[in-house]
Amino acid sequence: MSVDKATVAKIASLARIKMGDEELERMVPELNGILDWVEQLGEVDCSGVEPMTAVIENHLRLRDDVVDAIPETAGGRREDVLANAPAAEHGFFGVPKVIE
Amino acid sequence: MPKTANKLTNLGVKDIRDGVAGGDFTAREVAEAFNAAVAEAAALNAFIITTPDHALAAADAVDAKRAKGEDLGKMGGVPIGMKDLFATRGVQTTAASHILEGFTPQYESTVSQNLWDAGAGMLGKLNLDQFAMGSSNETSYFGNVNSPWRKEGSNAAMSPGGSSGGSSAAVAARIAPAATGTDTGGSIRQPAAFAGITGIKPTYGRCSRWGVVAFASSLDQAGPMARTVEDCAIMLEAMAGFDPKDATSLKMDVPAWEAGLSADLKDKRIGIPREYRMEGTDEEILKSWEQGKEWLRDAGAEIVDVSLPHTKYALPAYYIVAPAEASSNLARYDGVRYGLRDLPDGAGLQDMYAATRAEGFGDEVKRRILIGTYVLSAGFYDAYYNQAQKVRTLVSRDFAEAFGQCDAILAPTTPTASFPLGSLNDDPLTMYLNDVFAVPASLAGLPAMSVPATVNADGLPLGLQIVGKPFDEQGVLNAGLAIQQRANFTAKPEKWW
Repeated sequence: MSVDKATVAKIASLARIKMGDEELERMVPELNGILDWVEQLGEVDCSGVEPMTAVIENHLRLRDDVVDAIPETAGGRREDVLANAPAAEHGFFGVPKVIE
Repeated sequence: MPKTANKLTNLGVKDIRDGVAGGDFTAREVAEAFNAAVAEAAALNAFIITTPDHALAAADAVDAKRAKGEDLGKMGGVPIGMKDLFATRGVQTTAASHILEGFTPQYESTVSQNLWDAGAGMLGKLNLDQFAMGSSNETSYFGNVNSPWRKEGSNAAMSPGGSSGGSSAAVAARIAPAATGTDTGGSIRQPAAFAGITGIKPTYGRCSRWGVVAFASSLDQAGPMARTVEDCAIMLEAMAGFDPKDATSLKMDVPAWEAGLSADLKDKRIGIPREYRMEGTDEEILKSWEQGKEWLRDAGAEIVDVSLPHTKYALPAYYIVAPAEASSNLARYDGVRYGLRDLPDGAGLQDMYAATRAEGFGDEVKRRILIGTYVLSAGFYDAYYNQAQKVRTLVSRDFAEAFGQCDAILAPTTPTASFPLGSLNDDPLTMYLNDVFAVPASLAGLPAMSVPATVNADGLPLGLQIVGKPFDEQGVLNAGLAIQQRANFTAKPEKWW
């Protein structure tokens, strides 16, 4: 499978990365080079093989049902959460107007 | 620099820790010596920012503890370099990207906190490939890292490897006794090999990923980079451990790896995977591999042939799985919560996302996000992503079968020695091939280490790789120690910076 400029433009839009014509044209052969190369995976007989879900056997733990058990990931840290926001106003993240 | 300071910067983790504990010198003297060495080495561009005050404060705390007769910790008095992928409270953390420029975490990553708790201090935040995506340290927004090594008779700037290239350059140049690295598909081992130092990626889950900027979460693992196997064992003990904040953290005790070190490999079998004999591998690398077998045999091990039939498919599978996870992980950079925001005049929310990400990500990062988005998109998910995850199962199964016949595997770390900066930029694929020997162990989550073996005809270091069974870091470290004792690698880069 290979991609053309329109497909790359579509992927870039899905990935929310703005790309001009020149950049899209440059990306087409680069992505096709990579996609052609990974195509060889199709040679591998994977019938009856499960896709990997966990690289090392481990079980998902449940945490104790306690509010704010781990302070670093607990609530009540609005200032910390907003500290790096490009636009924080009135205790919220600021974004451009989304409703007309 | 005064002579004594120069002597201190030649010391590694163990010698500094023992020297401080024994009163041969103070932790402050060590921190001052390394801070001065870092300040002199700006030409390497190994650090994005330096934090001399952090190193001094940690050193003073250790000296004060010693005065009171308290325990100094596993890394007491050792100043280290911190890869700028670890969140450090109050200290800029960028992942070498523009989109995170100025980002100042309000929290500390578990691994860095563990190191500070063990008595280490921070010399600065080390440069890397942007979001750890690269094998040469040429994708950093903050400029290439220059390897301290150069070909004999040449002034051409060489690659320190990547993505942990700031780490490898700093340790090789003796401006840090050790540094943290992270390894997603070879990012500790390949730069260690290029720079003539030692680096180990532990079993997936040994080191917490909490507070490490995510690239490909099912592959990312932190590990130490230092000049000796002993130093790596000490530092890994300090870094590792169960962390309830990381869902994939292993709930296992941290073994006493330093105390368990032994270069006696009697009754051990070392496997040589025949599929690693690939076209395009440098003759001198193959020669060092032969030499490595001899060294391990000399240490008492039996050398056996093993087969890892899906080796050839590991790298293409990696270049589906890693970009897929990256495209998902990097969706968080939206210009809203942290980092860069590019808001063109009159733009709406969607335009702001797209403009911010266009401005904030470098070319290689964009390329991988696009590949990842494509292989996860409707209609292609099965053909690409699912197939790659099935191949990953097969790669992992290959190792499990091989470990029925051997205790550890010996292979080259890289197919070539370091190359001049700029020489592999034309085609992303040729760059990816650097990690052909490193990626299989990553896909299988196995502990793997690179140890310096020798220098080639150009005077550049070559590394040997040891891959172990899950959780058997000790076996990997021990085989590495056997090589280290026989390789007697004393070459170091001549100071030009």
